Amino acid sequence: MSGGIFIAAAGMGRRVEGEALVARDGFSARYDLDRTRGVFSRTDHKLAGQSYVGRVLVLDAAKGGVATAWMLHEMKARGVVPAALVLNAVNPIMVQGAAHAGFTMISGFDRDITQAIPSGAWVEVDPSGDRPFIRLVRSSA
Amino acid sequence: MKLADEEEAMRAGECGPAAQWAIEHQIAVGRYLGARDFVPVTQAHIMADTESLGPAGVEWLERMAALPPDQRRLRIPAITDPRGTDFAAAHWLKQQTWMLDLERRTIAAFEALGVLMTNTCINYQTIMPPVFGEHVAYGDTGVVIYSNSVCGARSNFEGGPSALSAALTGCTPRYGYHLDERRAATLVVDVGFTPRALNEWGALGAIVGRLAGDYWQVPALFGVDRVPSSDEMKHFGAALASYGSVALFHMIGITPEARRVADVVTTGAALPRHAVGEADIRAFAASYACDIDRVDLVVFSAPQLSLVEMAQVAGLLDGRRTTVPLLVVTSPQVKPDADRIGLTARIEAAGGSVLSGMCFYQSYAREMAEANGWQRLATNSAKLVNILGGYGYRPVLLSLEACVDAACRDGWIAQ
Repeated sequence: MSGGIFIAAAGMGRRVEGEALVARDGFSARYDLDRTRGVFSRTDHKLAGQSYVGRVLVLDAAKGGVATAWMLHEMKARGVVPAALVLNAVNPIMVQGAAHAGFTMISGFDRDITQAIPSGAWVEVDPSGDRPFIRLVRSSA
Repeated sequence: MKLADEEEAMRAGECGPAAQWAIEHQIAVGRYLGARDFVPVTQAHIMADTESLGPAGVEWLERMAALPPDQRRLRIPAITDPRGTDFAAAHWLKQQTWMLDLERRTIAAFEALGVLMTNTCINYQTIMPPVFGEHVAYGDTGVVIYSNSVCGARSNFEGGPSALSAALTGCTPRYGYHLDERRAATLVVDVGFTPRALNEWGALGAIVGRLAGDYWQVPALFGVDRVPSSDEMKHFGAALASYGSVALFHMIGITPEARRVADVVTTGAALPRHAVGEADIRAFAASYACDIDRVDLVVFSAPQLSLVEMAQVAGLLDGRRTTVPLLVVTSPQVKPDADRIGLTARIEAAGGSVLSGMCFYQSYAREMAEANGWQRLATNSAKLVNILGGYGYRPVLLSLEACVDAACRDGWIAQ
């Protein structure tokens, strides 16, 4: 399965498994989400209308403002939250938010991770070691 | 990360649990982002509206505020970003009691911690602008990009938990825009049309933001043919940060780190190069207008208005009468001057509403929309247009003059 393991430059949080929800689009808790219903609400987001709850979000880059630093903590407290975030590129806010919430996140790959992971695949995300990774367990959930 | 003795002491809990939490948080962030050590900072600006905090965040703040004072001492001045309401207007904005309760609890917690409740996102215009080379820990992306680019200060985007951490420790992880090597340009934008109106500056910022694409990109703008005003830089930077997550830009010959091209563009570097002209700016605004010919309300906010902008709004409203809600949002520092000078009275005499210490999008915008039947919104802020799309609004970007016209013509937009 070596072809199905993608090493990240950095990671934090705990190991999780889940169904991947993938798009070549950005992520911002304030700009993109209806956090009450747990769906992407920004109409021009490629995942508009889709639930992110319990999913491993595989997206391109962290976007938007500073609110995400608090919002991940608030989302986790209510349990309306993704299982993990897997991003090509982070900004500090996403890192700060994940650190504050104790959230699983990995980022930075040698390829476009949104092209490497099919949406709907079952994946493992392990940020705990020296080489954080996302692994394709099977191609459908 | 390499820790100084005092930072080790904080980590060991010798300075109390608040500093211990803060330094641990900062170490986690610094490690992820490759910081080698910490850098002392002189000010913190804390973004903490209650929509973002939620009940869980408010309770977390209250637990910290309940610690004995010697266990939660702030080491540097800390100020706040806008709140989620203007209590004087909450009733007619149809904000709910639970929102106001969260706000009151948050304010009480911050006051107990010794945070200065400035409630502003234009502190660089009104409180204490950072000086060239000063390392700070600022929240609000618009504050950071202005401070970095126009003032030459050094900050990353510091979200609420991280800005509060910096206030508690007096330092922040040394990564990103605290480092010389991160401040060089990574892309070049040839500006073929220097904007005139604030909405055009915002549109230019949005376009450059989309070209830049992420936090680590530093655009260098060539061709801006005059020195923009503080308000123009404000709208340009706020939109650039909003659309691109960008924290630093240079304007060649204008901003302080880019007196000459070679100051920010490494000789021989093959940087991506883009051109933006007047047609791009018009097309950007048109992309939001689409089929909207009438709006439910007009909002001036994001960032809060300077005294000069307040005067412009008041001047446009003189002798007229608004027939849809027109909200004018400013800072608690500008508001007393606007009251004293008579700007507030002129805006209100025309039917407009002046709000202080809040920001429209940080004030439960979705709930306000549902409670008031608001959906179609006109503004001259590209940043607000960007954010409100995710809150169920259909925003349109117009000039200040066109916004006021719409507010006085039952919401109809002049074609």
